[in-house]
Amino acid sequence: MNDMTPIEKFQTTIKDWETDQEVRWCPGCGDYAILKAVQRVLPEIGADPSKTVFVSGIGCSSRFPYYVESYGFHTIHGRAPAFATGIKLANPELDVWLVTGDGDGMSIGGNHTMHILRRNVNTQILLFNNEIYGLTKGQYSPTSREGTNSPTSPLGSVDRPALPCAFALGSGARFIARAYDVSKDLGSVLKAAHAHQGAAFVEIFQNCIVYNKDRFDDFTAKGVADQNQLWVKDGEPMLFGSVKSGGVKGITLDMDTLSLKVVDVAAKEDGTPDWQAAGVIVHNVKNRAIAHMLVEMPFGPFPMALGVIYDDPRPTYESTALAQDEQARAGKEANLAKLLGKGQTWTVGNTAADPI
Amino acid sequence: MATLADGPDALTGGKETPAPEAVVVRFAGDSGDGMQLTGGQFTLSTALSGNDLATFPDFPAEIRAPQGTLFGVSAFQINFGSTEIDTAGDQPDVLVAMNPAALKTNVGALKIGGLIIADSGEFNKRNLEKAKYEVNPLEDGSLEKWQLLAFDISALTLEAVKPFGLGNKEALRCKNMWTLGLALWMFDRDRQPLVDWLNAKFKKSPVLAEANIAALNAGHAYGETAELAGPLKQYHIAPVESEPGLYRTVTGAEAISLGLVAGAQLADLPMFFGGYPITPASAILHNLARLKEFGVTTFQAEDEIAAIASAIGASYAGQLGVTSSSGPGIALKGEAMGLAIMTELPLVIVNSQRGGPSTGLPTKTEQSDLYQAIYGRNGDAPMPVIAARSPSDCFECAIEACRIAVEYMTPVMLLTDGYIGNAAEPWKVPDPESFKPFPAKFLSEKNGPNGELLPFARDEKGARPWIKAGTPGLMHRIGGIEKNPGTGNIDYSPSSHQTMTDARKAKVDGVANGTPAQEVTLGETTGKLAVVGWGSTYGPIHQAVRRARRKGLSVSQIHVRHVWPLPTNLGELLKGYDKILVPEMNTGQFKTVLRDQYLVDAQPLNKTSGQPFTIAEIEAAIEAALA
Repeated sequence: MNDMTPIEKFQTTIKDWETDQEVRWCPGCGDYAILKAVQRVLPEIGADPSKTVFVSGIGCSSRFPYYVESYGFHTIHGRAPAFATGIKLANPELDVWLVTGDGDGMSIGGNHTMHILRRNVNTQILLFNNEIYGLTKGQYSPTSREGTNSPTSPLGSVDRPALPCAFALGSGARFIARAYDVSKDLGSVLKAAHAHQGAAFVEIFQNCIVYNKDRFDDFTAKGVADQNQLWVKDGEPMLFGSVKSGGVKGITLDMDTLSLKVVDVAAKEDGTPDWQAAGVIVHNVKNRAIAHMLVEMPFGPFPMALGVIYDDPRPTYESTALAQDEQARAGKEANLAKLLGKGQTWTVGNTAADPI
Repeated sequence: MATLADGPDALTGGKETPAPEAVVVRFAGDSGDGMQLTGGQFTLSTALSGNDLATFPDFPAEIRAPQGTLFGVSAFQINFGSTEIDTAGDQPDVLVAMNPAALKTNVGALKIGGLIIADSGEFNKRNLEKAKYEVNPLEDGSLEKWQLLAFDISALTLEAVKPFGLGNKEALRCKNMWTLGLALWMFDRDRQPLVDWLNAKFKKSPVLAEANIAALNAGHAYGETAELAGPLKQYHIAPVESEPGLYRTVTGAEAISLGLVAGAQLADLPMFFGGYPITPASAILHNLARLKEFGVTTFQAEDEIAAIASAIGASYAGQLGVTSSSGPGIALKGEAMGLAIMTELPLVIVNSQRGGPSTGLPTKTEQSDLYQAIYGRNGDAPMPVIAARSPSDCFECAIEACRIAVEYMTPVMLLTDGYIGNAAEPWKVPDPESFKPFPAKFLSEKNGPNGELLPFARDEKGARPWIKAGTPGLMHRIGGIEKNPGTGNIDYSPSSHQTMTDARKAKVDGVANGTPAQEVTLGETTGKLAVVGWGSTYGPIHQAVRRARRKGLSVSQIHVRHVWPLPTNLGELLKGYDKILVPEMNTGQFKTVLRDQYLVDAQPLNKTSGQPFTIAEIEAAIEAALA
């Protein structure tokens, strides 16, 4: 859709978005929860199945299009962003969702991920990050943590992992969000991504039940979530934790080192956290510098930043490119006969000796 | 054929033939000397005077190779005359050498007795050293078997442009116009189109326009008034006898661009062109980027893979996807071609072949991507392949590629090469109305017998329906995984893969039923020898066969456009000859295809020097085969 056209509401239910195909992910895979969240969100945003396209590369996540009753294109490994770009340029009215994984989007397709983001093609890019190659049976991936044991790294991997959101910001993304498969807030993140006009990058931590089971438990498991998840919201202070779970905490900006810091937040007399006194900063989705810091916060000393971390739209690639094309066409006639006869021409008469 | 090299007498009426039928001129200089531009403008004036012509630009891969060096020499050869011209000519009659390096690298090709015009001003110690000459060849008698005209073009140019107050460097850049002026005089060409062109080119800087025009006029006047008459005589080459009509010159890259635009119009489709810069294919992207009003969208992708992927995406969304590249880029696109074959989406892939493997010879020509085009993908991945034989033939071939892609829902590869892409020839401007339209049909409602959608149902050609993403109610999923023959749903079953593999093959094989039977290009349909070619070897083969036939040899030319699938009658046709000779600018790829397809004893004639065949090379092979 164009930047300026309001989204037309289309009436569907979750059932309308389910295909007759048997879902073939492993039982218990985090992908099921993501699929459900997407199928729940599509009716809520009034999406039209005929105008919706799911494009994917290769990997477990990339089977996604087969299970959504819309147009779907399961392409080749890592190249989904390039297919999506062609689709959007050919028909900007189509609402394109791109489904990729840490191997597909960060490794073999890293180049295309960079370019769809820098161009700002109006798509929703869902990167399922399970920190492992699932479909090829458990090799370590570009997002695997150092020391990951896998068939290709029996002594533990030695490469440093890529940070998808940091990569996306570095590539010029104008929308960055983070969530995880079974989070109740995944839907609202997806909706925000869809509302953003431009390339919206969403990293979704996803539990690979077979090859990297419970990898994200240190911030998703019951009991630790509250102290380890920082859900950021535009205009609200960056607070996490609770008195019950071990204390309310917040994020401040240390002006001496220009870095983020975790601080304890005391309660006011009415019991609400006195975040102002603690110097906790307020989330501003348009603050690119803070967004960089949030996505790079080392987990452990810091919580995992989740939610819409950055959202500052600018004109989409296809609207700018196609407007320029229109301008180039303005006032010009598409006369093929004239085009063929362009340039310096000469006419040959009936006899060779008599060129006109 | 009488040419300049038959001696000055041949050109002044001393012999029976008063004027040559064809002349080959080669302009050679430093890559910064503007030789391609000089050649291009000389080509234009030659075309305007009604001669048939063929050109061969030959330049280094480096944009500005170090001045004066042997590898920095850039050359432009043109063959023109009053008979049909099919090649850029075997050996130049005239060599214009702007410096010692240009002389050294090109003089070997010059016909014995041919004319050398050299800029003596550039034959200084430094340049001679760079060209590895120990003594000045203009002075040591080593050029005796040719006619030599050496004068200080640099000084003459400086003198001519003096009134315009240019700096020394800028003034010397007018040298190519001085040389062009001389060449125009030699062949009795009108200067006015050049004057108009210079005025337009330097509209913003009239001084430069005037200086260049002055240089042009000075060169022309030099020819007219120079006391050193010697071999420098004015030659009028009569116009060629050609079909009446409107003509222009066209390069292969231009003709492909125009053909793609025409093809998209005939298919009634907007065109999406995804490209990535690569020599020598970039010119197509450059041309199309300026043709937006014809419903063209161009996209410069981040790499070759993204270029083809975006084009396939556009086809999926209902446009005619096109991509182009050269060998290394085509290799990168291979996997995506497989996807287009698997999902059965229309796509045109233009391969401007160059010398390989790997980076190979980026600016030189070769035909060595034939295997890659026909066979070069994983799995059984059949794809039609068409090869253009000349710059102007690129136009029709591009239309044909679009037609097959749309009618058969398949990617199609169009082969051209560095030679055809850059070379120019006169082109009778076609009437767009003379081409039969092949409008694309999109599925608008469910096509199954029970009201279901069958994206992989097939029509009489074996093609599946084109379902434009965004069509109401026709949601479906496609991908690279093997699918059920009707629904297109994932289906790995043995019967499904067998059925679909067979269907994809049958569909592409069937393309041959919709293309014309193979004709004998020249000669009889049976005989002692058939010279079978494809692509840009057309010109030298044609001339060689013609010469051999004049000598009474039983030889025919068969030139194949549809190299995959091959024309249905080709096997039978080949059986009518005792021998088959296949000249190719590779190590024998089409020869192997023919042997494989027809069990015929096709014999190779191979050349991989980065240079097109000469007529003489093929003529000699014909004579040897029939000896």
